[in-house]
Amino acid sequence: MIRRSANQKAWWLVLPVVALVAFNAVIPLMTVVNYSFQETFGENVFFWEGTKWYLQILQSERFHASLLRQLIFTATVLAIEIPLGIAIALSMPRRGIGVSLCLVLMALPLLIPWNVVGAMWNIFALPEIGLLGRAINALGIEYNFTRQPGAAWFTVILMDVWHWTSLVVLLCYAGLCAIPDAYMQAAKIDGAGNWQVFRHIQLPKLKRVLTIAVLLRFMDSFMIYTEPFVLTGGGPGNATTFLSIDLVKIALGQFDLGPAAAMSLIYFIMILLLCWIFYTLMMRGEER
Amino acid sequence: MRKIKWSALAPAAYILFLLLPIYWLVNMSFKTTNEILGSFSLWPADFTLDNYRVIFTDPTWYSGYINSLTYVLINTVLSVAFALPAAYAFSRYRFLGDKHLFFWLLTNRMAPPAVFALPFFQLYSSIGLFDTPAAVALAHCLFNIPLAVWILEGFMSGVPKELDETAFIDGHSFPSFFVRVFIPASGAGIGVAAFFCFMFSWVELLLAKTLTSVAAKPIAATMTRTASTSGYELGLLAAAGALTIIPGAVVIWFVRHHIARGFALGRV
Amino acid sequence: MAEIALQNIAHSYSPGPRGEEDWALKKIDLVWRDGGSYALLGPSGCGKSTLLNIISGLLQPSAGKVLFDGEDVSALGPSARNIAQVFQFPVVYDTMTVFDNLAFPLRNRGLDEAEVRARAGEVAEMLELEHSLRRRARAVSADDKQKISLGRALVRPDVNVIMLDEPLTVIDPHLKWQLRSKLKQLHRRFGFTMIYVTHDQTEALTLADQIVVLHDGRVVQSGTPESLFERPQHTFVGHFIGSPGMNRFPARLQNGAARIGELEIAVDADLSAPDARGEGKLEIGVRPEHIRFCDDGFPVRVHRVRDAGRYQIAEAELQGVKFKIYVPEGGAVPGEDARVRFERAYTHVYRDGWLLRPAAA
Repeated sequence: MIRRSANQKAWWLVLPVVALVAFNAVIPLMTVVNYSFQETFGENVFFWEGTKWYLQILQSERFHASLLRQLIFTATVLAIEIPLGIAIALSMPRRGIGVSLCLVLMALPLLIPWNVVGAMWNIFALPEIGLLGRAINALGIEYNFTRQPGAAWFTVILMDVWHWTSLVVLLCYAGLCAIPDAYMQAAKIDGAGNWQVFRHIQLPKLKRVLTIAVLLRFMDSFMIYTEPFVLTGGGPGNATTFLSIDLVKIALGQFDLGPAAAMSLIYFIMILLLCWIFYTLMMRGEER
Repeated sequence: MRKIKWSALAPAAYILFLLLPIYWLVNMSFKTTNEILGSFSLWPADFTLDNYRVIFTDPTWYSGYINSLTYVLINTVLSVAFALPAAYAFSRYRFLGDKHLFFWLLTNRMAPPAVFALPFFQLYSSIGLFDTPAAVALAHCLFNIPLAVWILEGFMSGVPKELDETAFIDGHSFPSFFVRVFIPASGAGIGVAAFFCFMFSWVELLLAKTLTSVAAKPIAATMTRTASTSGYELGLLAAAGALTIIPGAVVIWFVRHHIARGFALGRV
Repeated sequence: MAEIALQNIAHSYSPGPRGEEDWALKKIDLVWRDGGSYALLGPSGCGKSTLLNIISGLLQPSAGKVLFDGEDVSALGPSARNIAQVFQFPVVYDTMTVFDNLAFPLRNRGLDEAEVRARAGEVAEMLELEHSLRRRARAVSADDKQKISLGRALVRPDVNVIMLDEPLTVIDPHLKWQLRSKLKQLHRRFGFTMIYVTHDQTEALTLADQIVVLHDGRVVQSGTPESLFERPQHTFVGHFIGSPGMNRFPARLQNGAARIGELEIAVDADLSAPDARGEGKLEIGVRPEHIRFCDDGFPVRVHRVRDAGRYQIAEAELQGVKFKIYVPEGGAVPGEDARVRFERAYTHVYRDGWLLRPAAA
């Protein structure tokens, strides 16, 4: 680590970034805060409403329902993607021909526009014309994600696993490659089995990258919008209406600015809070 | 020998799983609408390039690609250029409020685009940038600049401070040191940061769609229109989707040697 | 404990080795005596670590066999060979306590807990780690971390061999001496076979009874510190061991005598043997310690005299070749024009780097 020297002039180097991000973040955020306390009937006429919208959102069953769906979704994809990503990274060869190609192929889903991901899985999973839909139905299981909430959930989760597990794989793979050979050799000589190598060497060394992986996956799955929107439109019914989908419905669909703004802020604060909790939990003991 | 084979099975199966939906998309893109709706086949029986022909000849389609690439490139250049000096400052100096500032920057990566969609629409309308690539490029800076600063800071912390000191002793001024010495020395980091900016700007749709209507409409938005209107244009949709995979693939190929370290954001 | 024999070991890291330079190790035959203490000495990149990893089983040699007590173990993995190895950089299991680190190799081999405690405690005491046994291994100093690595090797009963790969590189200098003598003491007490890899000749000379010098993938000499000093089998050994290293003079054979320029030199080599008369570059090697000033030797020109503390090094020139003379404490340098004599018993002849057979006694 570099020892940094005190220099207040460094502010000049940071200033452009601060200005640009502030323009993008602070002005819209103030707009949102502003709306969240007011009522409007259009034409720029506003009435002060105090915390009415916040109370309304916090007590609304619709919000509770989408929050619950959101939490279940995020917990499920984290529970699948993190272990699966670690397992695949562990089973990948460290060097050799083809490793580069493997990595490139694995990174491919990450660079596909999110609505294309949704559209692709739509085509892939449709019961009549999709490979997946056909295959499942051919097994004798009735499957139609546009009608059955269970099937819709299954498809959305499978799509997210398809889309994002590679991020975990690539992060963990980088972490594993950075473990010096001597550690693995010492463990072999000490007679450690695969599980012990994983438990006592690989997992501790992966802690940093896993923290990044969990945080990124948590944030992005909590904000997910485009992919399920394109795939299921939040349906059938409201079965896959997650927080962002609900928020956009309220804000841009119904143009209920006040409630939408209040919900936005609650949503944002929730992510910040959960990220902070994750970060503190995962980094606990690092200082000592 | 047998052991090696078994362990390679998991990544192979995983890659197969990744490629299946992509294959299906490409497969569809070479089929006629009749074939898609009329029969089920694992590969195109009646191979056609018509879907691609439409995309390359119809301006509402191909201008979508041009628009998307325009704002993605502007955003990538802008994000990296702004992030470079800031990342340098964070990696080399302590200054008043540095930690809080860094954290505040990162919180913007945690802001759901859905939260900002409406205010962005109003903000960019009021300054007259609505429906231009510049609006999307600037809006994407919200999450890409923090990310670029974060990645670059990680890589720059790995560049020894002696490099700076030697350069100043050799009589470089700060700007000349920064451009001629430091930027070349952090090449890998810049490549990776640019890659990530490209990636997140290229895949994002919600803001891009909200900030454009006709003139600067991104390809992704053109596709949603098709998707929502009818199933009759599935082949066209598949072709458009398949084409959006290409820029990503090209970009990954460029950074393939740094990909593992890059995904750890220079922090392993 | 075991005697370890390497038979025709060769190794290449490239899958299809073609030229000489593709081989990291070139045909090595060597026997490590049971209970011996060996130093494996050589510059970086000479193949020391490769050889070590072949003995420990971390690496499968491209050719040849490894025998432990006459039994072929070439196909066995490291844990089955029952060996211990300490690496250059400390390897500790971060999440465990110091005690658990020491106990780890024993527990993996299914020893009962009472014995684990006893042995780990004993080793901790020997290495002066007993006060930090309950601490997390991550939290201890770099020196202590290397002590833990060392401890994990020493804790195991009846290992076949303990191998140490430059284990003291990252250790504080004052602790280095302490650990080195500790190691020697432990070796004497337990009698394990020890192979100590180093590029530092002082370390090798003080620690080991036998030194194996590796150069460019070959064993150039294996022997006691004295034999390496007095009779280097290869100019590399002469040059690498001793400070300053052995002087080398280009030489030629004329009328059955070795000459440097026009001077006839009395050497310890059988110049009439058939191998002495072959083709190849001839050199005469003599250590600075085996040259002394006298009144009736060869005329040399002394350029300068360097004070090296307790002794002096004179830099001189003979027949246009620069060389060094060791001047012991109290010895005098006659002046710019001097005469020297080589001690015959230590004046060797080399062809293409290799020592010519000495004259029959």
